[in-house]
Amino acid sequence: MSNNLNISIQAYRRENGRVGVRNHVIILPVDDISNTACEAVANNVKGTLALPHAYGRLQFGEDLELHFQTMIGTGANPNVAAAVVIGIEPGWTQRIADGIRETGKSVAEFSIEQKGDFETIRAASWAAKDFVHQTSEYQREQCDLSELWISTKCGESDTTTGLGSCPTVGNMYDKLLPTGITGFFGETSEITGAEHICQKRAINDEVGERWFNMWKAYQDEVIFAHQTDDLSDSQPTKGNIEGGLTTIEEKALGNLEKIGRSAKFIDILAPAAPPQSGAGLYFMDSSSAAAECVTLMAAGGAVIHTFPTGQGNVVGNPIVPVIKISANPRTIRTMGEHIDVDVSGILRREQTIDQAGDVLIEMIKRTANGRFTAAEALGHREFSMTKLYRSA
Amino acid sequence: MANSPKNEIPKLLVHDEIDNVGVVVVEGVTAGSDILCCITQNNSTFRLAAKTDVPIGHKLALIDLKNGDTAIKYGEDIGKIVADVAQGEHVHIHNCKTKRW
Repeated sequence: MSNNLNISIQAYRRENGRVGVRNHVIILPVDDISNTACEAVANNVKGTLALPHAYGRLQFGEDLELHFQTMIGTGANPNVAAAVVIGIEPGWTQRIADGIRETGKSVAEFSIEQKGDFETIRAASWAAKDFVHQTSEYQREQCDLSELWISTKCGESDTTTGLGSCPTVGNMYDKLLPTGITGFFGETSEITGAEHICQKRAINDEVGERWFNMWKAYQDEVIFAHQTDDLSDSQPTKGNIEGGLTTIEEKALGNLEKIGRSAKFIDILAPAAPPQSGAGLYFMDSSSAAAECVTLMAAGGAVIHTFPTGQGNVVGNPIVPVIKISANPRTIRTMGEHIDVDVSGILRREQTIDQAGDVLIEMIKRTANGRFTAAEALGHREFSMTKLYRSA
Repeated sequence: MANSPKNEIPKLLVHDEIDNVGVVVVEGVTAGSDILCCITQNNSTFRLAAKTDVPIGHKLALIDLKNGDTAIKYGEDIGKIVADVAQGEHVHIHNCKTKRW
Protein backbone atom coordinates (compact mmCIF):
# COMPACT_ATOMS: atom_id res chain seq x y z
CA MET A 1 0.00 0.00 0.00
CA SER A 2 2.88 2.35 0.67
CA ASN A 3 3.41 2.74 -3.06
CA ASN A 4 -0.22 3.57 -3.75
CA LEU A 5 -0.41 7.31 -3.43
CA ASN A 6 -3.95 7.71 -4.76
CA ILE A 7 -6.26 6.53 -2.00
CA SER A 8 -9.93 7.32 -2.59
CA ILE A 9 -12.24 8.04 0.31
CA GLN A 10 -15.93 8.80 0.61
CA ALA A 11 -16.25 12.13 2.39
CA TYR A 12 -18.08 15.46 2.48
CA ARG A 13 -16.88 18.24 0.22
CA ARG A 14 -17.83 21.55 1.80
CA GLU A 15 -18.82 24.84 0.16
CA ASN A 16 -15.25 26.18 0.45
CA GLY A 17 -13.71 23.07 -1.13
CA ARG A 18 -12.38 21.57 2.09
CA VAL A 19 -13.04 17.86 2.76
CA GLY A 20 -14.71 16.71 5.98
CA VAL A 21 -15.20 13.18 7.29
CA ARG A 22 -18.12 13.83 9.65
CA ASN A 23 -21.38 15.74 9.19
CA HIS A 24 -22.12 17.35 12.55
CA VAL A 25 -24.72 20.00 13.28
CA ILE A 26 -23.21 21.77 16.28
CA ILE A 27 -24.89 23.97 18.88
CA LEU A 28 -22.08 26.28 19.91
CA PRO A 29 -22.17 28.41 23.08
CA VAL A 30 -20.32 31.71 22.84
CA ASP A 31 -19.86 31.70 26.61
CA ASP A 32 -20.22 29.48 29.66
CA ILE A 33 -23.64 30.87 30.65
CA SER A 34 -25.11 29.86 27.28
CA ASN A 35 -24.21 26.18 27.78
CA THR A 36 -27.62 25.40 29.28
CA ALA A 37 -29.57 26.76 26.30
CA CYS A 38 -27.29 24.91 23.87
CA GLU A 39 -27.72 21.62 25.73
CA ALA A 40 -31.49 22.12 25.74
CA VAL A 41 -31.53 22.64 21.98
CA ALA A 42 -29.37 19.55 21.45
CA ASN A 43 -31.80 17.61 23.63
CA ASN A 44 -34.78 18.85 21.60
CA VAL A 45 -33.29 18.12 18.19
CA LYS A 46 -31.67 14.74 17.58
CA GLY A 47 -28.66 14.66 15.32
CA THR A 48 -27.21 17.81 16.86
CA LEU A 49 -24.29 18.17 19.23
CA ALA A 50 -23.87 20.83 21.93
CA LEU A 51 -20.29 21.89 22.70
CA PRO A 52 -20.34 23.22 26.28
CA HIS A 53 -17.18 24.88 27.59
CA ALA A 54 -16.01 26.98 30.52
CA TYR A 55 -15.12 30.38 29.08
CA GLY A 56 -16.11 33.38 26.96
CA ARG A 57 -16.83 36.13 29.50
CA LEU A 58 -14.63 39.11 30.42
CA GLN A 59 -11.74 37.88 28.31
CA PHE A 60 -9.66 40.53 26.59
CA GLY A 61 -6.71 41.08 24.27
CA GLU A 62 -4.79 38.11 22.93
CA ASP A 63 -6.76 35.71 25.14
CA LEU A 64 -10.08 36.96 23.72
CA GLU A 65 -8.75 36.70 20.16
CA LEU A 66 -7.81 33.07 20.86
CA HIS A 67 -11.32 32.45 22.18
CA PHE A 68 -12.86 33.84 19.00
CA GLN A 69 -10.38 31.92 16.84
CA THR A 70 -11.19 28.65 18.64
CA MET A 71 -14.95 29.19 18.37
CA ILE A 72 -14.87 30.24 14.73
CA GLY A 73 -12.36 27.56 13.76
CA THR A 74 -14.47 24.86 15.41
CA GLY A 75 -17.57 25.97 13.52
CA ALA A 76 -15.61 26.33 10.28
CA ASN A 77 -14.10 22.82 10.53
CA PRO A 78 -15.20 20.73 7.51
CA ASN A 79 -16.48 18.01 9.86
CA VAL A 80 -19.20 20.49 10.80
CA ALA A 81 -22.07 20.71 8.31
CA ALA A 82 -23.97 23.55 9.98
CA ALA A 83 -23.79 25.57 13.20
CA VAL A 84 -26.23 27.18 15.63
CA VAL A 85 -24.45 29.79 17.76
CA ILE A 86 -25.94 30.95 21.07
CA GLY A 87 -24.51 33.70 23.31
CA ILE A 88 -25.72 35.85 26.15
CA GLU A 89 -25.55 39.06 24.07
CA PRO A 90 -25.64 39.70 20.31
CA GLY A 91 -22.24 41.37 19.72
CA TRP A 92 -19.78 38.54 20.24
CA THR A 93 -22.42 36.05 19.08
CA GLN A 94 -22.64 37.84 15.73
CA ARG A 95 -18.87 38.01 15.41
CA ILE A 96 -18.48 34.25 15.85
CA ALA A 97 -21.44 33.41 13.59
CA ASP A 98 -20.12 35.66 10.82
CA GLY A 99 -16.68 34.11 11.11
CA ILE A 100 -18.12 30.63 10.61
CA ARG A 101 -20.41 31.89 7.82
CA GLU A 102 -17.36 32.81 5.69
CA THR A 103 -16.99 29.10 4.89
CA GLY A 104 -20.38 29.20 3.11
CA LYS A 105 -22.05 26.72 5.46
CA SER A 106 -25.41 27.28 7.15
CA VAL A 107 -25.19 29.26 10.40
CA ALA A 108 -27.89 30.70 12.66
CA GLU A 109 -27.23 32.82 15.74
CA PHE A 110 -29.31 33.65 18.81
CA SER A 111 -28.72 35.74 21.92
CA ILE A 112 -30.44 35.32 25.24
CA GLU A 113 -30.75 38.84 26.75
CA GLN A 114 -34.27 40.34 26.48
CA LYS A 115 -35.62 36.91 25.54
CA GLY A 116 -34.61 34.43 28.22
CA ASP A 117 -33.71 30.77 27.82
CA PHE A 118 -37.25 29.63 26.83
CA GLU A 119 -37.65 31.88 23.82
CA THR A 120 -34.03 31.42 22.75
CA ILE A 121 -34.29 27.62 22.97
CA ARG A 122 -37.57 27.68 21.02
CA ALA A 123 -36.16 29.75 18.15
CA ALA A 124 -32.79 27.95 18.09
CA SER A 125 -34.50 24.55 18.11
CA TRP A 126 -36.41 25.44 14.94
CA ALA A 127 -33.17 26.49 13.23
CA ALA A 128 -31.38 23.37 14.43
CA LYS A 129 -34.19 21.15 13.15
CA ASP A 130 -34.06 22.81 9.73
CA PHE A 131 -30.28 22.25 9.64
CA VAL A 132 -30.65 18.57 10.55
CA HIS A 133 -33.11 18.05 7.68
CA GLN A 134 -30.84 19.94 5.30
CA THR A 135 -27.52 18.36 6.24
CA SER A 136 -28.77 14.81 6.68
CA GLU A 137 -29.33 14.82 2.92
CA TYR A 138 -25.70 15.78 2.22
CA GLN A 139 -24.01 12.86 0.47
CA ARG A 140 -20.51 11.53 0.86
CA GLU A 141 -18.65 11.75 -2.45
CA GLN A 142 -15.38 10.48 -3.80
CA CYS A 143 -12.47 12.51 -2.49
CA ASP A 144 -8.76 11.79 -2.20
CA LEU A 145 -7.09 10.95 1.09
CA SER A 146 -4.45 13.53 0.17
CA GLU A 147 -7.07 16.26 0.67
CA LEU A 148 -7.32 15.56 4.40
CA TRP A 149 -5.81 17.67 7.15
CA ILE A 150 -4.43 15.22 9.74
CA SER A 151 -3.14 16.24 13.16
CA THR A 152 -1.15 14.38 15.80
CA LYS A 153 -0.48 14.67 19.51
CA CYS A 154 0.41 11.85 21.89
CA GLY A 155 -0.78 11.36 25.45
CA GLU A 156 -0.11 9.32 28.57
CA SER A 157 3.14 8.56 26.81
CA ASP A 158 5.61 6.00 28.05
CA THR A 159 8.73 4.42 26.65
CA THR A 160 6.67 2.30 24.25
CA THR A 161 5.34 5.39 22.47
CA GLY A 162 8.86 6.36 21.40
CA LEU A 163 9.54 2.77 20.29
CA GLY A 164 6.23 1.98 18.57
CA SER A 165 3.19 4.23 18.31
CA CYS A 166 4.95 7.56 17.65
CA PRO A 167 7.21 6.16 14.90
CA THR A 168 4.05 4.61 13.39
CA VAL A 169 2.53 8.09 13.07
CA GLY A 170 5.86 9.34 11.74
CA ASN A 171 5.86 6.65 9.07
CA MET A 172 2.31 7.67 8.09
CA TYR A 173 3.46 11.29 7.68
CA ASP A 174 6.52 10.17 5.69
CA LYS A 175 4.14 8.45 3.27
CA LEU A 176 1.17 10.85 3.18
CA LEU A 177 2.79 14.30 3.36
CA PRO A 178 4.36 13.83 -0.11
CA THR A 179 0.86 13.10 -1.46
CA GLY A 180 -0.34 16.56 -0.42
CA ILE A 181 -2.00 16.18 2.98
CA THR A 182 -1.71 18.95 5.54
CA GLY A 183 -0.26 17.82 8.87
CA PHE A 184 -0.17 19.36 12.33
CA PHE A 185 2.06 18.64 15.29
CA GLY A 186 2.73 20.81 18.36
CA GLU A 187 2.98 20.50 22.18
CA THR A 188 5.41 23.36 22.75
CA SER A 189 6.51 22.48 26.31
CA GLU A 190 6.96 18.86 25.42
CA ILE A 191 9.64 19.48 22.80
CA THR A 192 11.97 20.55 25.62
CA GLY A 193 15.00 18.29 25.45
CA ALA A 194 14.63 17.78 21.70
CA GLU A 195 14.44 21.44 20.65
CA HIS A 196 17.82 21.20 18.88
CA ILE A 197 16.42 18.38 16.73
CA CYS A 198 13.04 20.02 16.15
CA GLN A 199 14.60 23.28 15.01
CA LYS A 200 16.56 21.38 12.36
CA ARG A 201 13.30 19.95 10.99
CA ALA A 202 12.17 23.41 9.86
CA ILE A 203 12.13 23.92 6.11
CA ASN A 204 14.68 26.74 6.33
CA ASP A 205 16.70 28.76 8.84
CA GLU A 206 14.14 31.55 9.04
CA VAL A 207 11.31 29.19 10.05
CA GLY A 208 13.69 27.34 12.38
CA GLU A 209 14.65 30.57 14.11
CA ARG A 210 11.02 31.63 14.51
CA TRP A 211 10.27 28.18 15.91
CA PHE A 212 13.11 28.41 18.44
CA ASN A 213 12.05 31.90 19.55
CA MET A 214 8.47 30.66 20.09
CA TRP A 215 9.69 27.67 22.11
CA LYS A 216 12.06 29.89 24.14
CA ALA A 217 9.31 32.44 24.81
CA TYR A 218 7.17 29.70 26.36
CA GLN A 219 10.07 28.64 28.58
CA ASP A 220 10.81 32.20 29.72
CA GLU A 221 7.33 33.73 29.92
CA VAL A 222 5.34 30.77 31.21
CA ILE A 223 7.48 28.04 32.76
CA PHE A 224 10.22 30.08 34.42
CA ALA A 225 7.73 32.82 35.35
CA HIS A 226 5.33 30.46 37.12
CA GLN A 227 7.25 27.37 38.22
CA THR A 228 7.28 26.45 41.90
CA ASP A 229 9.45 23.37 41.47
CA ASP A 230 11.31 21.62 38.67
CA LEU A 231 8.03 20.53 37.02
CA SER A 232 8.91 16.93 37.88
CA ASP A 233 5.24 16.14 38.59
CA SER A 234 3.88 17.78 35.42
CA GLN A 235 6.40 17.09 32.67
CA PRO A 236 6.75 14.12 32.70
CA THR A 237 3.33 13.42 34.21
CA LYS A 238 2.71 10.85 36.93
CA GLY A 239 1.37 8.54 34.22
CA ASN A 240 4.48 9.01 32.11
CA ILE A 241 6.66 8.14 35.12
CA GLU A 242 4.58 5.06 35.89
CA GLY A 243 5.19 4.06 32.28
CA GLY A 244 8.95 4.37 32.65
CA LEU A 245 9.66 7.85 31.30
CA THR A 246 12.15 9.57 33.59
CA THR A 247 12.87 13.06 32.20
CA ILE A 248 11.34 15.65 29.87
CA GLU A 249 14.27 15.09 27.50
CA GLU A 250 13.41 11.40 27.18
CA LYS A 251 9.73 12.23 26.69
CA ALA A 252 10.50 14.88 24.06
CA LEU A 253 12.69 12.58 21.98
CA GLY A 254 9.91 9.98 21.86
CA ASN A 255 7.31 12.63 21.11
CA LEU A 256 9.26 13.91 18.11
CA GLU A 257 9.22 10.46 16.52
CA LYS A 258 5.69 11.43 15.38
CA ILE A 259 6.99 13.56 12.50
CA GLY A 260 8.91 10.72 10.92
CA ARG A 261 12.20 10.85 9.12
CA SER A 262 11.76 13.05 6.06
CA ALA A 263 9.20 15.80 6.62
CA LYS A 264 10.18 19.41 7.22
CA PHE A 265 7.67 21.76 8.82
CA ILE A 266 6.88 24.69 6.60
CA ASP A 267 5.42 27.19 9.07
CA ILE A 268 4.42 27.84 12.68
CA LEU A 269 0.77 28.32 13.60
CA ALA A 270 -0.54 30.36 16.49
CA PRO A 271 -2.93 28.34 18.71
CA ALA A 272 -6.10 27.41 16.76
CA ALA A 273 -4.89 29.24 13.63
CA PRO A 274 -5.50 27.67 10.21
CA PRO A 275 -2.55 26.94 7.89
CA GLN A 276 -1.98 29.67 5.30
CA SER A 277 1.07 28.37 3.43
CA GLY A 278 -0.39 25.47 1.46
CA ALA A 279 -0.13 21.72 1.97
CA GLY A 280 2.60 20.39 4.24
CA LEU A 281 3.51 19.93 7.88
CA TYR A 282 2.88 22.70 10.43
CA PHE A 283 3.92 23.17 14.04
CA MET A 284 1.09 24.63 16.15
CA ASP A 285 2.11 26.48 19.31
CA SER A 286 -0.05 24.50 21.70
CA SER A 287 -0.49 23.00 25.13
CA SER A 288 0.69 19.44 25.68
CA ALA A 289 -2.56 18.63 27.53
CA ALA A 290 -4.49 16.23 25.31
CA ALA A 291 -7.95 17.78 25.18
CA GLU A 292 -6.63 21.33 24.82
CA CYS A 293 -4.23 20.38 22.05
CA VAL A 294 -6.76 18.35 20.04
CA THR A 295 -9.32 21.16 20.43
CA LEU A 296 -6.80 23.72 19.10
CA MET A 297 -5.81 21.55 16.14
CA ALA A 298 -9.47 20.88 15.31
CA ALA A 299 -10.07 24.64 15.38
CA GLY A 300 -7.10 25.00 13.01
CA GLY A 301 -8.95 22.74 10.57
CA ALA A 302 -7.68 19.19 11.17
CA VAL A 303 -10.39 16.61 10.35
CA ILE A 304 -8.71 13.46 11.69
CA HIS A 305 -6.42 13.21 14.70
CA THR A 306 -3.85 10.43 15.20
CA PHE A 307 -3.11 9.88 18.89
CA PRO A 308 -0.33 7.57 20.06
CA THR A 309 -0.68 6.49 23.68
CA GLY A 310 1.36 4.28 25.96
CA GLN A 311 -0.34 4.16 29.34
CA GLY A 312 -3.79 4.77 27.80
CA ASN A 313 -5.09 8.33 27.40
CA VAL A 314 -8.85 8.10 26.73
CA VAL A 315 -9.36 11.55 25.13
CA GLY A 316 -11.75 12.25 22.27
CA ASN A 317 -13.10 15.34 20.55
CA PRO A 318 -16.68 16.29 19.71
CA ILE A 319 -16.09 17.00 16.00
CA VAL A 320 -12.84 15.25 15.07
CA PRO A 321 -12.37 11.46 15.19
CA VAL A 322 -9.35 10.66 17.35
CA ILE A 323 -7.55 7.46 16.28
CA LYS A 324 -5.70 5.84 19.20
CA ILE A 325 -2.54 3.89 18.50
CA SER A 326 -0.71 1.89 21.17
CA ALA A 327 2.29 -0.42 21.29
CA ASN A 328 2.01 -1.22 25.00
CA PRO A 329 0.75 -4.81 25.42
CA ARG A 330 -0.42 -4.14 28.99
CA THR A 331 -2.54 -1.20 27.81
CA ILE A 332 -3.93 -3.25 24.92
CA ARG A 333 -4.90 -5.94 27.44
CA THR A 334 -6.33 -3.70 30.17
CA MET A 335 -7.76 -0.80 28.12
CA GLY A 336 -8.48 -2.41 24.77
CA GLU A 337 -11.80 -0.61 24.30
CA HIS A 338 -9.89 2.66 23.80
CA ILE A 339 -7.39 1.50 21.19
CA ASP A 340 -8.03 1.59 17.42
CA VAL A 341 -4.63 0.44 16.16
CA ASP A 342 -2.57 -2.16 18.06
CA VAL A 343 1.10 -1.91 17.09
CA SER A 344 2.47 -3.97 20.01
CA GLY A 345 3.95 -6.31 17.37
CA ILE A 346 6.68 -3.69 16.92
CA LEU A 347 7.95 -4.38 20.45
CA ARG A 348 7.99 -8.13 19.77
CA ARG A 349 9.91 -7.42 16.54
CA GLU A 350 7.07 -9.12 14.64
CA GLN A 351 5.93 -5.94 12.86
CA THR A 352 8.10 -3.29 11.22
CA ILE A 353 7.47 0.45 11.56
CA ASP A 354 6.79 0.45 7.81
CA GLN A 355 4.07 -2.19 8.19
CA ALA A 356 2.58 -0.37 11.18
CA GLY A 357 2.46 2.85 9.17
CA ASP A 358 0.48 1.07 6.46
CA VAL A 359 -1.97 -0.28 9.07
CA LEU A 360 -2.48 3.27 10.39
CA ILE A 361 -3.06 4.65 6.88
CA GLU A 362 -5.68 1.96 6.33
CA MET A 363 -7.36 2.95 9.62
CA ILE A 364 -7.29 6.64 8.59
CA LYS A 365 -8.98 5.66 5.33
CA ARG A 366 -11.66 3.63 7.13
CA THR A 367 -12.20 6.41 9.66
CA ALA A 368 -12.53 8.96 6.86
CA ASN A 369 -15.11 6.71 5.22
CA GLY A 370 -17.18 6.77 8.40
CA ARG A 371 -15.90 4.13 10.81
CA PHE A 372 -16.40 5.33 14.37
CA THR A 373 -13.20 5.51 16.39
CA ALA A 374 -13.06 4.01 19.86
CA ALA A 375 -13.34 7.52 21.33
CA GLU A 376 -16.45 8.23 19.24
CA ALA A 377 -18.08 4.92 20.15
CA LEU A 378 -17.37 5.57 23.84
CA GLY A 379 -18.74 9.12 23.70
CA HIS A 380 -15.50 10.98 24.44
CA ARG A 381 -16.20 14.58 23.43
CA GLU A 382 -13.64 16.62 25.36
CA PHE A 383 -13.82 20.24 24.20
CA SER A 384 -11.25 22.24 26.18
CA MET A 385 -10.40 25.84 25.50
CA THR A 386 -6.87 27.12 25.97
CA LYS A 387 -6.81 30.21 28.18
CA LEU A 388 -3.76 32.47 28.13
CA TYR A 389 -4.35 34.46 31.34
CA ARG A 390 -6.98 35.49 33.90
CA SER A 391 -10.11 37.24 32.69
CA ALA A 392 -10.78 40.87 33.55
CA MET B 1 19.55 -13.66 16.37
CA ALA B 2 22.82 -14.84 17.86
CA ASN B 3 22.99 -16.73 21.15
CA SER B 4 19.26 -17.22 21.36
CA PRO B 5 16.77 -19.93 20.54
CA LYS B 6 14.89 -19.29 17.33
CA ASN B 7 11.70 -17.29 17.93
CA GLU B 8 12.85 -15.94 21.28
CA ILE B 9 11.28 -12.51 21.67
CA PRO B 10 13.53 -9.69 22.90
CA LYS B 11 12.55 -8.41 26.31
CA LEU B 12 14.56 -5.21 26.17
CA LEU B 13 14.90 -2.80 23.26
CA VAL B 14 17.64 -0.22 22.71
CA HIS B 15 17.15 2.64 20.25
CA ASP B 16 20.72 3.47 19.30
CA GLU B 17 24.02 1.61 19.53
CA ILE B 18 25.56 4.37 21.68
CA ASP B 19 22.72 4.26 24.25
CA ASN B 20 23.62 3.27 27.81
CA VAL B 21 20.02 2.47 28.87
CA GLY B 22 17.39 0.20 27.32
CA VAL B 23 13.64 -0.35 27.73
CA VAL B 24 12.02 -3.49 29.13
CA VAL B 25 9.14 -4.24 26.72
CA VAL B 26 7.48 -7.23 28.41
CA GLU B 27 5.82 -7.76 31.76
CA GLY B 28 7.36 -9.94 34.42
CA VAL B 29 11.09 -9.25 34.22
CA THR B 30 12.48 -10.03 37.66
CA ALA B 31 15.85 -9.84 39.40
CA GLY B 32 18.10 -12.51 37.97
CA SER B 33 16.28 -12.76 34.60
CA ASP B 34 18.66 -13.34 31.72
CA ILE B 35 17.06 -11.39 28.89
CA LEU B 36 17.54 -11.10 25.17
CA CYS B 37 18.10 -7.47 24.13
CA CYS B 38 17.86 -5.95 20.66
CA ILE B 39 19.24 -2.68 19.28
CA THR B 40 16.48 -1.57 16.92
CA GLN B 41 18.81 0.68 14.90
CA ASN B 42 20.79 -2.27 13.51
CA ASN B 43 18.83 -5.31 14.73
CA SER B 44 21.84 -6.66 16.63
CA THR B 45 21.25 -8.59 19.86
CA PHE B 46 22.98 -9.23 23.15
CA ARG B 47 22.05 -10.63 26.56
CA LEU B 48 21.76 -8.85 29.90
CA ALA B 49 21.12 -10.03 33.46
CA ALA B 50 18.46 -7.92 35.18
CA LYS B 51 19.54 -7.14 38.75
CA THR B 52 16.15 -5.82 39.90
CA ASP B 53 12.46 -6.47 39.20
CA VAL B 54 11.48 -4.08 36.43
CA PRO B 55 7.98 -3.19 35.23
CA ILE B 56 7.22 -3.04 31.51
CA GLY B 57 8.38 0.23 29.98
CA HIS B 58 11.08 0.91 32.56
CA LYS B 59 14.79 1.14 31.81
CA LEU B 60 17.84 -0.91 32.74
CA ALA B 61 21.44 0.28 32.70
CA LEU B 62 23.35 -1.44 29.91
CA ILE B 63 26.71 -0.66 31.54
CA ASP B 64 27.86 0.50 34.97
CA LEU B 65 26.92 4.18 35.31
CA LYS B 66 28.48 6.62 37.78
CA ASN B 67 26.99 9.58 39.59
CA GLY B 68 27.43 12.52 37.21
CA ASP B 69 27.30 10.49 33.99
CA THR B 70 24.86 11.35 31.22
CA ALA B 71 22.06 8.90 30.39
CA ILE B 72 21.98 8.30 26.64
CA LYS B 73 18.87 7.10 24.79
CA TYR B 74 17.93 7.67 21.13
CA GLY B 75 21.65 8.47 20.87
CA GLU B 76 20.86 11.68 22.79
CA ASP B 77 21.29 13.15 26.29
CA ILE B 78 18.16 12.36 28.34
CA GLY B 79 19.42 13.58 31.72
CA LYS B 80 22.05 13.16 34.42
CA ILE B 81 22.73 10.10 36.52
CA VAL B 82 22.59 11.18 40.19
CA ALA B 83 23.59 7.93 41.93
CA ASP B 84 25.82 5.07 40.89
CA VAL B 85 23.92 2.42 38.92
CA ALA B 86 25.30 -1.02 38.14
CA GLN B 87 24.77 -2.78 34.82
CA GLY B 88 21.33 -4.43 34.81
CA GLU B 89 19.87 -2.15 37.50
CA HIS B 90 16.72 -0.05 37.19
CA VAL B 91 17.27 3.52 35.89
CA HIS B 92 14.45 5.89 36.77
CA ILE B 93 13.57 9.01 38.78
CA HIS B 94 15.47 7.75 41.85
CA ASN B 95 18.82 7.88 40.04
CA CYS B 96 18.29 9.96 36.87
CA LYS B 97 17.18 13.63 36.64
CA THR B 98 16.45 16.17 33.95
CA LYS B 99 19.12 18.74 33.11
CA ARG B 100 16.31 21.24 32.37
CA TRP B 101 13.92 23.11 34.61
